[in-house]
Amino acid sequence: MRFLLVEDNPDLARSVQTRLSLDGHGVDWAASLADAEDHLATASYDLILLDIMLPDGDGRDFLAAHRRAKRDTPVIVMTARSAVSDRVALLDTGADDYITKPFDFTELEARVRAVLRRRMGAAQSLRTYADLTFDPLAATITIAGEARELRNRELRLFEILLAGPDRIFSKGQLCDRLFSAAEAVSDNAIEVYVGRLRKKLEGSTVRIETVRGVGYRLTTP
Amino acid sequence: MMRPRFSSPGSIRQRLILQLLVLVAVLSGGLYLSVRTVADSAVETTQDAILGSATIAIAEELRGGEDGVAIDIPYTAFSMLGATGEDRVFYRILVDGATVTGYEDLPLADQPLGGLSPFFYTREYQSDTVRIAAVERSVIVGSRPVRVEVIVAQTRSAQDAIVAQMANRAAALGLGFFAIAALLSLLTARSVLQPVNNLAEAVGRRGPQDLRPVERPVPSELAPLVAALNQFIARLSGALIRTETFIAEAAHHIRTPLATLRAQAEIALRQSQDEAARAAIRGMIRSVDDSARSVGQLLDHAAVVYRTDQRTDEEIDLAALTRDMVAVFGPAAELRDIGFELRIPDKPVTMTADRLLLESAIRNLLDNAVKYSALEGLISVSLAVEGDQARLTVCDRGRGLSGAKSATLTGRFRRGENVADVIGSGLGLTIVREVAAAHGGDFRLTEREGGGACANLSLPLG
Repeated sequence: MRFLLVEDNPDLARSVQTRLSLDGHGVDWAASLADAEDHLATASYDLILLDIMLPDGDGRDFLAAHRRAKRDTPVIVMTARSAVSDRVALLDTGADDYITKPFDFTELEARVRAVLRRRMGAAQSLRTYADLTFDPLAATITIAGEARELRNRELRLFEILLAGPDRIFSKGQLCDRLFSAAEAVSDNAIEVYVGRLRKKLEGSTVRIETVRGVGYRLTTP
Repeated sequence: MMRPRFSSPGSIRQRLILQLLVLVAVLSGGLYLSVRTVADSAVETTQDAILGSATIAIAEELRGGEDGVAIDIPYTAFSMLGATGEDRVFYRILVDGATVTGYEDLPLADQPLGGLSPFFYTREYQSDTVRIAAVERSVIVGSRPVRVEVIVAQTRSAQDAIVAQMANRAAALGLGFFAIAALLSLLTARSVLQPVNNLAEAVGRRGPQDLRPVERPVPSELAPLVAALNQFIARLSGALIRTETFIAEAAHHIRTPLATLRAQAEIALRQSQDEAARAAIRGMIRSVDDSARSVGQLLDHAAVVYRTDQRTDEEIDLAALTRDMVAVFGPAAELRDIGFELRIPDKPVTMTADRLLLESAIRNLLDNAVKYSALEGLISVSLAVEGDQARLTVCDRGRGLSGAKSATLTGRFRRGENVADVIGSGLGLTIVREVAAAHGGDFRLTEREGGGACANLSLPLG
C-alpha cells in the first residue's frame, strides 16, 4: 500500500517510514501541510496519516479542506491527545479513524485494514478465493453456502495469508503482524490461531499448510 | 501578621441610610428649636408691647395738683390687657417712693427707670410668674416736681398657652420634615446603590465558563472597579487558555518522542533475531507504553482536578455517552479479541453533569477493564437506574482484586499487588473516584462472581 505521512517531526517520520516499509508498504513523507498538498497533487495514495500540530497550520483544517474538495483518500489522524471529545470532533471533521501517539504498528495496520475494508463497501469487499467467499467487512467466510464468523485475530491472520498465497510466512513474521510488540508472546502462540483458522476452513479446498521448520502458507489444489 | 479589624465593612446601604437619618434628625431638631425661639420671642414682644402701652396710658393720665397727684386709671388700659384671656393684672403707683395705690408688695425694678419708655422684667409674684412693665415721670405738685412710678404686672398663662401651641406646631413641623426627609433618604440610598446592585447581579448570574469582560455602562465611580474586574477576568481567562494549551502541548511534546522511540524499538525488534535482545526490546516497548499511559493519566488527572473547580454542567444522556465510549474502545479491544456485552436501557438516562469529567471516568473504567481482561474475554457493561441513582457497572474476567480493599486500590498511585506485570500508573481509578465525588456519587470495586472484578460507579440523577 502507498501511504502519505504528514508529520513535522523528522525522527518520527523516518521511523514510521522504515517500520511500514518492513511490512512492504511505500511511504511518502510531507513535513508540512503545503508539502502534503504538493504530494497529493502529483501522486495518489491509499491512505493519509495526518498529524494535528504542524508548523504551517492545524491538521484539522487540512482535513476539513480535504473533505470539502471531495477527495476521498481515507485519513487516519495521529493525535497526541486522548480526550474522547477530541476524538469525536476529529471523526466529525471527516477523519476515518484516529490513533493516539505513541502507537502500536500492529494496531495501526489493523486500523488501516479496517478503514480500507469499510471504504470499499460491503459489495466490493467480497473476495472469492477458490471455493470460498471471504467478506472482510462482516468478518465471515462462506464455504458451500455456510457462513462462518471469524474473530478479529483469525480475520487478520487470514488477510495476511491471503495477501500472499503460496508465499511462506514464518511464525515470527505472523506474530509480529498479529500481536502488539508489547505483548510478550512466544512464536508458538501463533499455532493456536492457525489451528482455529484451519477449523473455520474445514470443507474448503483452501488449506493452511505447515512448512516444517519454516512457517505456514495458504494453498489451493 | 493580621491587621486588627477596626470596623466591620457592613452594608453600604445601611451606612448610607444611617448617616442620612442622623443628618435628617439633626436638621429636624434644629428646625424645631429655631421655630420655637422665634415664636417665643415674637409672642413676648407682642405681649410686652401691650403691657407697655397700658402702663404708659396710666402714667399719662396722672395729673399734678396743688396738694398732690390725681390718679385716674383709664378703663382702656385694663381692657387692653383684659383682652388676653384669664390673666390677672396687678398695679402699683408710687409717688416719691411711697406707694399711694395698688399692691404694695409688687416687686420694683432693680435698676433706674428711663422715663416713659417701659422697662420690662419677670418676677415671681403671688405664686405666679408675672411680667412687669415699669415707667416713671415727673409731675408738678405745688410748683415742685414729684417723681411718680407706675408699675403694671400681668400673669403669663395666655402667653404660655400661645407658646405651647407654637411649640406643638414646631414639633409637628419637625416630625413632618423628619418623616419626609427620611423617606427621601431611603429612596436616595436605593437609587445610589442601584448600579452597584445591578452590576453585582449581572456578574453573579454568569456561568463559570463565561469569561467575557463586563460591558454594561456603570457610573464613573464604579468604572475603576469594573476595569479592575475586567483585567482580572482577562488574566484568569489567559491563565485558563494557557493551562489548556499547556496540557495539549505537553501531551504533544512528550508523546511525539515516545512515538519515535516506540517505532524505532519496533524496527529493532523486527530486525533482531536474538531472543534475549528481542525480550529486552519488548521490555523497552512496554516501558514506552507505560510512560505514555502515565503521561496521559497525569494530564487527565490535572484536567479533572481543574474541571472539578470549573464544572460546566449540562444535560447528559448517560446511556448514549456510555455507548459512545464503548464504541471508542471497540477497535482496541477487538484487536485482542475482547468483546463487550452491553446492558444499557434504550431510554435516555439523563443527568446534570460535566461531560468532560464523566467521559474521563468512563474512559478509565473501560480502559481498566480492557487492560486487565483475559484475552478473548467478555467485558460486561451495564447501566441501571435504581431510585434516584444511575448505576454503571463494568465487569471483566481478569484476575480480580486478590482480596485488596476497594479504598486501597482507588488511592493515588496505588495499584493492586497482583498486577505488577500489567502497565499502569495507578491514577485511573483515582480519576474515577474523584469524578464520582465531584458529582456526589460513589465508586467502589468488588470481586466478580466466577472470577474477575467489577467497578461500580453510582451517580445521582437529576
